[in-house]
Amino acid sequence: MKLWNKLMCYSRRHSPWLFHMNSGSCNGCDIELVASLTPRYDAEQLGVRLEGSPRHADILCITGPVTHNAVKAIQTVYGQVCGPKAVVAIGSCPATTNVFIDSRTLDGPLNKHIPVDVFVPGCPPRPDAIIQGVAKAAEILAERGMNPPKTELSIAAVSAEEVQP
Amino acid sequence: MERVCGICSNIHTLTLCQAMEGLTGQTPPPRAQYIRVIMAELERLHSHVLWAGIASKLMGFKTMFMTCFEIREKIMDVLAAISGNRVNYSMNRIGGVNRDIDDPAAILAMIEQLEGEMMKTVIPIFTTSSTARSRCAGIGVLTEEKAISCGVVGPTARASGLGQDLRRAAPYAAYAELDFEVPVEKAGDVRARLFVRALEIIESCKILRQALTKLPPGEINSGEEKFKFVTGTATSRVEAPRGEVMYSVSWKEGSRNPNRVHVRTPTFANMPAVRWMVMGARLADTPLIQASIDPCYSCTDR
Ligand code: SF4
Repeated sequence: MKLWNKLMCYSRRHSPWLFHMNSGSCNGCDIELVASLTPRYDAEQLGVRLEGSPRHADILCITGPVTHNAVKAIQTVYGQVCGPKAVVAIGSCPATTNVFIDSRTLDGPLNKHIPVDVFVPGCPPRPDAIIQGVAKAAEILAERGMNPPKTELSIAAVSAEEVQP
Repeated sequence: MERVCGICSNIHTLTLCQAMEGLTGQTPPPRAQYIRVIMAELERLHSHVLWAGIASKLMGFKTMFMTCFEIREKIMDVLAAISGNRVNYSMNRIGGVNRDIDDPAAILAMIEQLEGEMMKTVIPIFTTSSTARSRCAGIGVLTEEKAISCGVVGPTARASGLGQDLRRAAPYAAYAELDFEVPVEKAGDVRARLFVRALEIIESCKILRQALTKLPPGEINSGEEKFKFVTGTATSRVEAPRGEVMYSVSWKEGSRNPNRVHVRTPTFANMPAVRWMVMGARLADTPLIQASIDPCYSCTDR
């Protein structure tokens, strides 16, 4: 059993599948997320894959400042991701609602609605930072898979020094 | 205003600044006009290559998707070298631009290299490859009459035989002094849109080369921080990668904020035409047809 757990932990860490969700972002973060999967940055070498369905994914990547219309969708999609799961908030928008702050169409920030594990700040963050954030989320995911009930919510953020250009 | 859209972020600030310049009576110096053209064309290049990547992915041509994105990264390098950021450049200000191009020769060399690569891979594959042809020819046809009645703009209109381009029809910034062609196709199908965009990539490289060699010396902005707005409404129209962007700004003299800023984006104009394009098409072709107008949802939402 122990060996099995170890194996699961290893594979979770090395093949995080992402589901990308846009909650009213400006597209800047979304293209950077796609750019991080392309040959220059090549997140695929970490086993990262962008999935079309939340039920196949382990990590939920959310961009955008969370509009009223998106709240329900976010909660549904969060419910659909199979456990253990991790959430990465990409960009300054989901973290703080950024320049859209005080807009009457918003209901942000994101952690009001679902627990967020990793924040990747930046407007938009560089693809390197996004990859770093996803790698962190994969670690959290593996840990959470090992001891599901006990783990506390650990919030991590990618700082500028950690990102190697 | 950059955050209206992350893909054509420069165009939105450019249009807003032009409208505000109408209200403040400022004219940007010639060097600033040229830098605006250079940024706008680089943005067009990156947007068209991005579109090419996404279209080829929808065609099921994944290798091409990766190739396009690799080339796009090189365009992003040029943009980052000029402005310091990859997506939101914050280059424009009322009465000029924020940053200068210090070394046009180096940028020119980067553009030449890029053009060579695009001529070698992206353009021949899109214009001659049989995969692309069999997947795009004859689907999603938008006739010229329908194009006029739907009021489509940009490459979608040019692929249906309407030769409209604001860079030619109502030149702004330094476009009046540059020599370029406006590609027009008659067929109106997805392949024609592919052709128009491929030819526009070539034209953009041509414009960039001219603008970088002609770059006049002088100031890049007026150096003013406070502006006096007069009462009135000013509009400005600019040819974005996807079509025409219009801003209308109304201001009351003495107030700190504008009374109204209205934004009209190209996807908003192009979206209704999809209804006519998908009529009679196979279901499997609809994603490609919809992508062929290069939709941008964040623009449409504003
Ligand atoms: S963080 Fe910036 S780039 Fe990302 S969605 Fe928000 S405004 Fe756009």
